[in-house]
Amino acid sequence: MARILTPGTPAPDFTLSVTPDQKLSLRDLRGQPVVLAFYPADWSPVCGDQMALYNEILPEFQKYKAEVLGISVDGAWCHAAFAKAQHLHFPLLSDFEPKGAVAKTYGAYREKDGFCERALFVIDEKGVIFWSYRSPVAVNPGADGILEALENLKEKRQSHGELEGSRRVS
Amino acid sequence: MANLKVPVGSAEHTLGDEHAPVTLVEYGDYECPHCGRAHPVVQALRKHFGTQLRFVYRHFPLTQIHPMAEPAAEAAEFVGANGHFWEMHNAIFENQPRLSLPLLGELAQALGLTSEDLHSALESREFLPAIKADFLGGVRSGVNGTPTFFINGYRYEGLNEFEDLVEAIDAELLSAKTQHRRAG
Repeated sequence: MARILTPGTPAPDFTLSVTPDQKLSLRDLRGQPVVLAFYPADWSPVCGDQMALYNEILPEFQKYKAEVLGISVDGAWCHAAFAKAQHLHFPLLSDFEPKGAVAKTYGAYREKDGFCERALFVIDEKGVIFWSYRSPVAVNPGADGILEALENLKEKRQSHGELEGSRRVS
Repeated sequence: MANLKVPVGSAEHTLGDEHAPVTLVEYGDYECPHCGRAHPVVQALRKHFGTQLRFVYRHFPLTQIHPMAEPAAEAAEFVGANGHFWEMHNAIFENQPRLSLPLLGELAQALGLTSEDLHSALESREFLPAIKADFLGGVRSGVNGTPTFFINGYRYEGLNEFEDLVEAIDAELLSAKTQHRRAG
């Protein structure tokens, strides 16, 4: 099994479909933390699946100015239908063609199954992986790890004095 | 892996002996069908374990997929503030398939309150902060869907069937006894 990329590694850039007629590049999000959540497939048959959970927690992620991106090998039309059905308020990216190419660069692709791992990455403002975690594919990893990583990232930034002095948000 | 980050407090919705060797905490959503199915299982567990088990319910409404989950939780809190939380809790789960605002009004009425008072409580969102606090505590503790159970603080990863939960609680009882014996 491939190992997922570890903290300190520059996050491989990508440009993927976010809707059938829109693309998004990771580098466009430089300057803010990014939560990249690879997951196996849309339409998993449970309440509060991983994406629905992140959707509920979105205000918490926004407190850290973090952008959340879901990513799977489902096509853009499939994502659009899924996002609509679940009322998702964050982008789902299609790692569809060539299938799983981006997931492979993060070590988050399951060759045997043909879909992504449940792998989470928190990427810092400079585009470097700050935290990563792979969950067993059947286990929804929840959000506690992500929130803890975002908190640690914020503390690290503050202790390095990189916050824009007086503009500190209370 | 995931541990309960918010210890059980005195103001919470608990059933059973405070000094019970095992505490079962459920994070639930009144509109979630899996929670609906888990409800009689929890009741059976309480009967099975008696004084050995304390049960705690916390709210984890998935509002985007379950539009009635949050009003239902608020209604339970409203009725709870008037002393009948568990009756309302049971009534909501027992009537889950027809969950609606009129139903919540009916259930509140059956417990001696008026549906007008309920609706003004829902409108003022008086009980929302408590529900949000439950939710966020759940998120921090690794709640990853509903229902999520914690047994003596550890997230339970098994199936939500009676036999599976009995086995997990039995194991916890055994380890609690061993520790007690060591301590004594």
